[in-house]
Amino acid sequence: MSVREIDAARLTEAVARLYVRACLRLPEYVEDRLRTFGNPYIIENFETNGDLPLCQDTGMAAVYLEVGQDAHITGDISAAVDEGVRRAVKEGYLRASIVADPLRRTNTGDNTPACLYTDIVPGDTVRVTVVPRGFGCENKARLAMLAPADGLEGVKAFVLDTARLAVPDACPPVLIGVGLGGNFDRAAYLSKKAVLRPEPNPDPFYAALETELYEQTKAFSIGVRILTAPTHIAGLPCAVSVGCHSLRSASEVL
Amino acid sequence: MEKHIRTPLTDSAVRSLHAGDKVRITGVIYTARDAAHKKLCELLDAGESLPFDMRGQIVYYTGPTPAPPGRPIGSCGPTTSYRMDKYTPALLAAGLQGLIGKGRRGQTVIDALKARPGVYFSAEGGCGALLANYVKSCEVVAFPELGAEAVHRLEVEDFPVDVFCDWEGSVYSPYL
Repeated sequence: MSVREIDAARLTEAVARLYVRACLRLPEYVEDRLRTFGNPYIIENFETNGDLPLCQDTGMAAVYLEVGQDAHITGDISAAVDEGVRRAVKEGYLRASIVADPLRRTNTGDNTPACLYTDIVPGDTVRVTVVPRGFGCENKARLAMLAPADGLEGVKAFVLDTARLAVPDACPPVLIGVGLGGNFDRAAYLSKKAVLRPEPNPDPFYAALETELYEQTKAFSIGVRILTAPTHIAGLPCAVSVGCHSLRSASEVL
Repeated sequence: MEKHIRTPLTDSAVRSLHAGDKVRITGVIYTARDAAHKKLCELLDAGESLPFDMRGQIVYYTGPTPAPPGRPIGSCGPTTSYRMDKYTPALLAAGLQGLIGKGRRGQTVIDALKARPGVYFSAEGGCGALLANYVKSCEVVAFPELGAEAVHRLEVEDFPVDVFCDWEGSVYSPYL
């Protein structure tokens, strides 16, 4: 069994490249949905000025690594990711928006550290995804530990309530991500993943629920996405993340 | 139909604006967001003078990205306004007359706008690249240690906003 070596310097370069790219250019499916939604300011925003970040809040950088179990990154992974963020912020003229401590609030000056998530997957490659998350929409996320008796109706009510509270503060049209099941933190993680999914849930039951919730929010939304996980007999965790229309992400495989 | 106004504001200019109006602003505006608001209010509490004369001025809630070569400013869209609610009444009492941000305000701000009289505008959220085109110059005038959160003096031309909350307490947003 051979292991593929990947130099951590390549990870730094990828993070730097992807972070800048994500801030300047939306994924194509997001642009398509925004054109359909039709706010002319928003369309003009992403069609002009290719040199400026689409939004001044270039976010807290969430970096997702899907690491193949037969890949070995040589070097300090966390330091390599942060160096990529540091380089992107300097070379891409991004904003330094991170404070080192939540209460004492001194800016780190280079937007580090990133929020780093790793998944171990089959294979010998590493998929790197950078998601600049602004806090206008981040601040509108909510999580409820619903009871099993709350059921489908309880979930719908909580999702719609959260979505309506999010606008206009969180830059509509928004994309609403729902994480259902798992435990407290798993639900939140899934809701974030859901925001970034172009395609509907593969389970027709949840795909229909996505459509139903979208129909009720389409005055201010460009979609609803749901991801689920098995959960406990006593619980129905329900997390809702809100993605602003600057729904930025960029990804590549090393 | 769009209305055009020049800064600094006057009581009569403020009274000519109504919730839902589309407005273009030309002149000088000042940036301030969370950290700068905290510092401005600390100066007021200590009885010290402010870094700029607030009378009739407009404060824009934004923290721009650094200007790349050849541009006066980077991306500079509005940040969410309600976080400034705690500080806004004191700044209006000190003479401030206009606010630009995005999203809802609390009742204390609406009441303070009626008392001043003042106006709260919203700029299009998430459109910082586009809004940068309306900024002709940018310089830091206070709290440089705050980086993007420093107070910047901007010269703007035809900067596009909507009246979200007017001096009579009326509120308008297409999403409310």
